[in-house]
This record gives sequence, structure tokens and C-alpha cells, in this order.
Amino acid sequence: MSLKKVHSDQPKEFKFSDENLKKATDILKMYPEKNKKSAVMPFLYLAQRQNSNWIPLAAMKYIAKLLSMPYISVYEVATFYTMYNLAPVGKHFIQVCTTTPCLIRGADKIVSLCKEKISPNENEISTKGSCSWMEVECLGACVSAPMIQINDDYYEDLDEKSTKEILDSLIKDKPLKPGSYRGRKNTAPEKQQKVNGENHA
Amino acid sequence: MLKPENKIFKNLYNDHGWEIDNAIKRDDWKDTKNIISKGREWIINEVKTSELRGRGGAGFSTGLKWSFAPKEVGSRPHYLVINADESEPGTCKDRDILRFEPQKLIEGCLIAGYTVNAHVCYIYIRGEYLNEGKRLQEAIDQAYEKNFLGKNSCGSGWDFDIYIHYGAGAYICGEETALLESIEGNKGQPRLKPPFPALVGLYGCPTIVNNVETIAVVPTILRRGGKWFASLGRPKNTGTKIFCISGNVNNPCNVEEEMGISLKELIEKHAGGVIGGWENLQAVIPGGSSMPLLSKKICDTITMDFDSLIENKSGLGTAGIVVINKDQDIIACMARIARFYKHESCGQCTPCREGAGWMWRILDRVEKRKATFSDIDLLSDVTKQIEGHTICAFGEGSAWPVQGLLRHFRKEIESRCREEPLIKKKTNNPYLVDQHLLENKNA
Repeated sequence: MSLKKVHSDQPKEFKFSDENLKKATDILKMYPEKNKKSAVMPFLYLAQRQNSNWIPLAAMKYIAKLLSMPYISVYEVATFYTMYNLAPVGKHFIQVCTTTPCLIRGADKIVSLCKEKISPNENEISTKGSCSWMEVECLGACVSAPMIQINDDYYEDLDEKSTKEILDSLIKDKPLKPGSYRGRKNTAPEKQQKVNGENHA
Repeated sequence: MLKPENKIFKNLYNDHGWEIDNAIKRDDWKDTKNIISKGREWIINEVKTSELRGRGGAGFSTGLKWSFAPKEVGSRPHYLVINADESEPGTCKDRDILRFEPQKLIEGCLIAGYTVNAHVCYIYIRGEYLNEGKRLQEAIDQAYEKNFLGKNSCGSGWDFDIYIHYGAGAYICGEETALLESIEGNKGQPRLKPPFPALVGLYGCPTIVNNVETIAVVPTILRRGGKWFASLGRPKNTGTKIFCISGNVNNPCNVEEEMGISLKELIEKHAGGVIGGWENLQAVIPGGSSMPLLSKKICDTITMDFDSLIENKSGLGTAGIVVINKDQDIIACMARIARFYKHESCGQCTPCREGAGWMWRILDRVEKRKATFSDIDLLSDVTKQIEGHTICAFGEGSAWPVQGLLRHFRKEIESRCREEPLIKKKTNNPYLVDQHLLENKNA
């Protein structure tokens, strides 16, 4: 269960944009007519995308009305799943995987770099470059550990040097490309490994 | 070692392109119409002959599971649901299938859907795999263009549609009934079984839930014959499996290998060996974080398949191998896993909700050398209280790794604990108040 705080400063109104309304009608076609409640998760995603990556309470009320379900059920879903942000996050939202496989390969170093470069606390929007970071549980890219997710993209095979470069690029608002930072092809075994730009083992 | 011609996932690293035309060159969608025309009975029998066991963790016979679906469609439609909510720490095999071998999965969905009488299939992908989901959607669109899906799919006379449903970061939704709850638009809390999803599943209709890898190997099995698949690996533990080797190895990687390969061979041949040499190995988690770890002594000889790992009080799970060498603090590693379970418990059953946090707090104390000897027995007791007392297998998944730690590293734990203090600190609070909370400034 996630512990999430609802943001104190809430917008009064929320409405899907025309484009999102169209997407919403397409989503509803995926599920049987009498089970349109199923669309609550995709709808929350739509709302999150429309409202700069967080979901206000007004959006939950709006979705509840749209799907004719009780508001509390939408609230329940939005608070249960960790990927729905109930408070604003940075324009570059960094999620650092710190579960054991990443921890073994040095995720703690990435966390301390985030503390140093972005903000001392999790979920705090930085003064420079509008970034925020948080620790998350396994992101499912364990053989590419340590790794971080920035908005939708995975940055894999990191070390201190490459993490610094990535974080600096975010602060400058010119994010580097996602993918492996040791230049390896997907999850294939490498011939030679580099750590911090130097050959290793 | 697995011969190259016996490999099922030839494009695991995207050397040959994931697009449908490249996939067809690799024999995907070959004879699919023919296979379907042989009928449900034949397909189920062939899968049973192959002795394919589910790749999602439990290792249940796939052919048997399919045969549980009602033979005739009654008033309720049947559903096929694919579990791509891959969140087990140490596991990242499904991600590569979604990215680079999507046609194998889609073809498998059609065959499985036909076999269990389902016209609709939902693929539940974890929300973090957004890019993988987009890739899969592209692949699905390509399959629709070639008329492999939709009305009269692949000329088989069977109508079949596939939809993608994204999760939103809940590990528990990998449990099949929690996954169904999540598709229905509820929070992902598991249901009591029975009734099993095969009879009462999604929207109360008969539903078969399978893992991505299980479904993706089915077309190849049917093309090459169940006997071919059964000839690989060991009896009852047949076929090939994608192993994810992560942690303290020189070249972490995903690799497809025969079941029953020895762990040492797997690590040394494919992953470039343990960092610091085999002697520097401390422990291995063989099947994703829910499976108890193995000590080095067992690792020397163990083979990687369902039954031999069960004999050693562990399990193959999802085959996510996490290698931990002697440079790591084993207690810190396991405490982090306990924290993972504390975070991911859905909160429905009390033993799991409270126990998971309890285990984490005790392990955290042990890690910081603040625990006492009585904590060890308490920890052992808590794991026993959780195990078997919860609705779903999450309880076992959280308790087993701690039990494994206690089994193999009890001495290490004891060396960090101290005796109960002889003179106990006096406090003036009424005894009903939790003393330990009052001592803690953050309480």
C-alpha cells in the first residue's frame, strides 16, 4: 500500500480536453458496455497526462461522473496505485529503483546524487530546472541495474559518471537519450564492462 | 547447453528486428491456421505432452489449466488474460518478449484464445512498461493489418481481439485474481479461491490467466511438437526458459537456456562469472525475490529447474537469478526485500499487512546492530504466522525469503545481535502505551 498525500492546493474544475474525450471514447470500446468501470485506470492516466503529470480531486470527481461510479471508488483506485501522482511532480520526474538487484549494483549512489543535485528530499520540486525525484520499487529492468526512469523512459546500466551527466542535462532542460549507458545492446551479455568510463573486470 | 536451433526466442536481443515481416521470417505465424484447424483437443493434448509448466512463478501445468475452462460456452463469454505485470525483483524476461518477440505472444494469444473459447484477450502490462506497451500495440496493429487478428483471424474462422490494459505500479496485480480486480476497475486486492478464475474470473466469466512467456512458447511447441519440447530439460521440468541474471556478476544478461542447467554453468558461461570469482559468492536468490536464497554450498551443485530447487527448500519462481557476492551485506539485501514487501502488501489480510512491516523493522534493527537475541526467534515466529494465513501467495512470498535468510545465515544474524540489557530502562508511561514508539522521536 502506498502512502500518498493529496495536494493541498486543488484546482476547482477539471474537464477532459476534446482530444482526450475522443481517446476516452476509444478506451470505452475496449470493455463490455456494462463494465465501463474498467476504464477508470486508463481515464486516470489521461487525466494525469492532461494535468502536467498529477491528478487533482476534481478530475476524480469528473471521471466518477463520466463512468457513473461512486467518487470514493475512483479515489480508492487513485490512492491504491503508486503511479498516480496526487500532488505535482517535476517536469522531469525521476524515479530511482532501489530494490535489491539495483541496490547491489549501487543504487544508493544514484540516490545520493539525486539528493545532491536535485533536492535533499524526495518529492520536492527543485528550484533549478523543475525536477523531482523519488525512490521506487523494482522497475523490472534488473539485468540493466542500476537504472532510473525519467518520465516514461528507462535509463539503464548507469554509474556515477553517467548519472551526473543525465541529471545535469535535466537541470538544463535538455534531457539525454534513454537506453543503456554502457553502450550495450539491450539485455545481451557484454564482452567488456566499463564503470565510470574505465574498464572493469 | 542449449543448441541454437532449439532456441525459441531467437530475437531476444533484437538482432533481427521485431517487426512482423522479420518475425514471419523467423517462422512466426507459420501454419497457424493449420494448427487451429486440428482442434482444441489436439492443442491441449500437445501442450500436455510438452509438459509445459507456467512461467509466471507457480509452475502449474499449462495444458491442465486450459482444460479447466468449460468446454461449451454458456451464457457468459470466456476471456483470456495475459499477465505482463512483471514486477518481481530480479525478473525482466517478459519485457524483452514484449519488445522484441511480440508476434510470438500475439500468435500464442490467438491459439490459446481459440483453445479456451475466448474471443477477447486482455494483456495486462505494468504501467512502467509504457514504451514496451506501445511497441506491443504497434505489433498488434501490424497483425490486424495482415488479418492475423480480428474477424476470421488468420483464416481460422475464429474472431479474436486483443486489448492492452495498463497497470499502475502495484506489484500485487501480478497475482491473477488481483489482476482481474484491477482490470475490472477496482483496487488490486486478491480474491478468495475457489472459485478459480477458470470458472469465475473476469466480470464473473470463465477466464484463463497465463504469463507472457508461457503463451509465447506455445506456437513453437505446436509447430515443432510437444515431444520436441519435452525432450529438452529434465522430465517434468521440460523445455527452455529465459533466465535473468543480475546482481554481482560480470555481465548481467537475459539468456534462454535449457531447464535443468546447472547454476554454476549458467553464471560462468553466460554472465561472465561472479565478480571476484566463484569463491567470492555469498548467496543466490534463484527465482525472483519471493524465493528463499541459496547458500554457496548449494549453489555449487544445484540445477535450475522447478523440482530440484523445491528439494532445496527454494523454487524456480520466475527464474530471476540475483547473485550476491561477499562484498555485499546480506542482511541489508534481505532487509531491502522485506521493505519491498512492506511497501507492496495490498493491506487486505492482517498477517501480511502487519507482518511484512514487522519483518522489515526487525531486519532493519539487525542490520544496524540494534536487535537482541530474542528478536531472532520473534522474526522466525512472524514469518510462520504470515505463511499460510493470507488470501493469496503474497504472504508466502514475503515470508520465505526471510526464512531462507534465517536458515542459511543465522550465525551472521546472531553475530549482530546483543543480549537483552540486564538493567532495563525505566519509563513512567502507563504500560498500555507502546514504549518503543515513545522512544522514537519520529513516532
